Amino acid sequence: MLAVLTGFIDELRQAGIPVSMVEALDAAAALRHVDLADREALRAALGATLVKNVRHFAAFEVAFEVYFGLRPRTADDPEAAARAAAADSALVGVAAAGGGAGGEFDDDVLSAALYRALRDQDDALLQAVVRRAVEQLAGMEPGRPVGGTYYLYRVLRRLDAEAMAARLLAETEAERELGRLERRLLREEIELRIERFREALRTEIRRRLVADRGPEAVARTLRRPLIEDADLVHATRAELAEIEQVLHPLARKLGTRVAQRRRHGRAGRLDVRRTIRRSLSSGGVPVDPQFRKPRPSKPELFVLADVSGSVATFARFTMQLVYAISHQFSRVRSFAFIDAIDEVTGYFGPGVDFTSALDRIGSEAAVVWLDGHSDYGNAFGQFAERYLPDVSPRSTVIVTGDARSNYHDPNRGAFAEIATAARTVFWLNPEASRYWDTGDSVMGSYAPLCDGVHEVRNLRQLAAFVEQAALPTHRAMRRPA
Amino acid sequence: MTAVPLPGPQEVAEALRHVGYLPDARIAQVVFLAERLDKPVLVEGPAGVGKTELAKALATVHGRRLVRLQCYEGLDEAKALYEWNYRRQLLRLQADQGKEWSELEHDIFTEDFLLARPLLEAIRSPEPVVLLVDEVDRVEVETEALLLEVLADFQVTIPELGTITATTRPLVVLTSNNTRELSEALKRRCLFLHIGYPDVAREREILLTRVPDLPEVLADQAARLVRSIRSLPLRKPPSVSESIDWARTLLALGIGDVDESVAVDTLHVLLKYQADIEQVAKELETTGAPG
Repeated sequence: MLAVLTGFIDELRQAGIPVSMVEALDAAAALRHVDLADREALRAALGATLVKNVRHFAAFEVAFEVYFGLRPRTADDPEAAARAAAADSALVGVAAAGGGAGGEFDDDVLSAALYRALRDQDDALLQAVVRRAVEQLAGMEPGRPVGGTYYLYRVLRRLDAEAMAARLLAETEAERELGRLERRLLREEIELRIERFREALRTEIRRRLVADRGPEAVARTLRRPLIEDADLVHATRAELAEIEQVLHPLARKLGTRVAQRRRHGRAGRLDVRRTIRRSLSSGGVPVDPQFRKPRPSKPELFVLADVSGSVATFARFTMQLVYAISHQFSRVRSFAFIDAIDEVTGYFGPGVDFTSALDRIGSEAAVVWLDGHSDYGNAFGQFAERYLPDVSPRSTVIVTGDARSNYHDPNRGAFAEIATAARTVFWLNPEASRYWDTGDSVMGSYAPLCDGVHEVRNLRQLAAFVEQAALPTHRAMRRPA
Repeated sequence: MTAVPLPGPQEVAEALRHVGYLPDARIAQVVFLAERLDKPVLVEGPAGVGKTELAKALATVHGRRLVRLQCYEGLDEAKALYEWNYRRQLLRLQADQGKEWSELEHDIFTEDFLLARPLLEAIRSPEPVVLLVDEVDRVEVETEALLLEVLADFQVTIPELGTITATTRPLVVLTSNNTRELSEALKRRCLFLHIGYPDVAREREILLTRVPDLPEVLADQAARLVRSIRSLPLRKPPSVSESIDWARTLLALGIGDVDESVAVDTLHVLLKYQADIEQVAKELETTGAPG
């Protein structure tokens, strides 16, 4: 058991979940109090001791399934074996009703059994169907280097679960009158049941893969990046929702940390008046020098965000994070552009839903000039023309975008003017740095004018950057040339 | 109502159920482990899913006193751990005028002059207690450090007195709404338990327990509808306590069957933001049409 546990902890660490030595010891101690044959108890025990963050639970679940859940459990558990046998006989019952023989079932029998399992919410029967379906339909071959998704697809192609959902709903409706609300609820619940069927299939396929290749190999192929490391531009909808949830606590943590670092940043100048007054109590000897409270400069922030389709989600997360710590800046102004630029400062703020703010940008702000393809040159040109007087040596300018300007003129001059007027200019690029300057990317022509160009592809990098940008800088203000 | 540790997770679940808290298997298991390993439990989850209730139920189960430390921004040592009773010390000094300072010093820094705040109180208590540190995510990161000594070793160090070690192990429950991330040091010392929204079956059971006269049909409908509403992207999805309130409302209005118009009319009990109410009302009215 110890070997399995260390292997499991190793896998968690590989997946990016920080597991300390103390936590590993706790897990080992917890195992002594747990019935090892009880999978759920084991899962709860390991989860409580090893994973201290909700975001990491998904990765934990996958690793757990591979290392513990998938070991054959019927062998040493007579009760489970009995249940499985009962379910199998139920399956045989369905087969007999359909006129099939025992042993091999054809697709129709499996479909009929699946339908019954879904209708009656019969979990045992569902498991039996899943076992059979994977055995017969997935066509798994030992040693074949394909992932589980391929097999899942093969099974689902043969058992049309979607059609079954529609049939189930229609049949229930035929039995009794349904209100609109009732129908909606029922439909959602049937979808959930089907999702559970898919999940069971996935688990069963994984179990067989593990039996074939061993847990280490399977866990490696199943490893997904943690949500902090998920690619912001290519995130799926589920991932986006998760990022959304993470963002708020992250922003608060960032806010406190920045405030704290500012406080402890540096001591202020000597306060001569108070030092002299203090010295009176020690006979005029200034033994206790007094300092002014440091007053760190609060930069003024200009955020210029490319909101064209390819990088819109990225712009949104950047804005959300910047606004969450906006009290660290004297002022935050935001601008959105595609091929024209417009100020969108009022659109964001406390209590405003970001999705609707983005919709407003699309409908109200003049961010499109010609064709709705990014044109960085024109955007910077307009910005320099309209807002340059507002950019002062106290301003920090942050540009977010992939610098893919669709072969338009990059208008380096306008960007140089902005860079000269501002104190610092940062560029956040959501593309991997190895793609910069390929195709229509003009990152290279802007880069020398920026004080920093950062590749920001995930939340971790974004948080690191925002923290750095919010801290007081020690460098002298730039004087206009 | 026992003081001895319960023999297994099933018994924990049974005991909690008996005092009106319906745990799922995971909650029971983690609570059981916490008792066995003498470790604090950090309970995290959205507001209103019964995190604080869990601590209260545990206190009832074991017949222990509940010592509660409500956290807030600005909480400090004097409010959480201990404070010297200056007034009493001062009176003592005045009463003892003429004595040597070395004698006095020993006199006024004794336990008699100590005002125990929740953390110290939990540790000094002669009979074991349940210590609830509520909404620990509200204190600043620096203040979290105050908790560490108590959580890891069940002891408090007072410079003038020395270290006070717990004579009895308190059962410690910390709750967090996850509005900010807690420090690694704190998390490392705790077992972690995430309580999410319950599934339909458990929610129905909770409703039936908490709202005694509720008919089963109504509980079933309410639980299913609440699950459906929670699946929408809302600013604040309805919590368990809100769904209990809603079930009470339905009962008080004498409604026997929930259809969409009843649901829309009573949404303000479930949802606390106007934007959310409008969104759900729209959803309920547009979807679910035949086809």
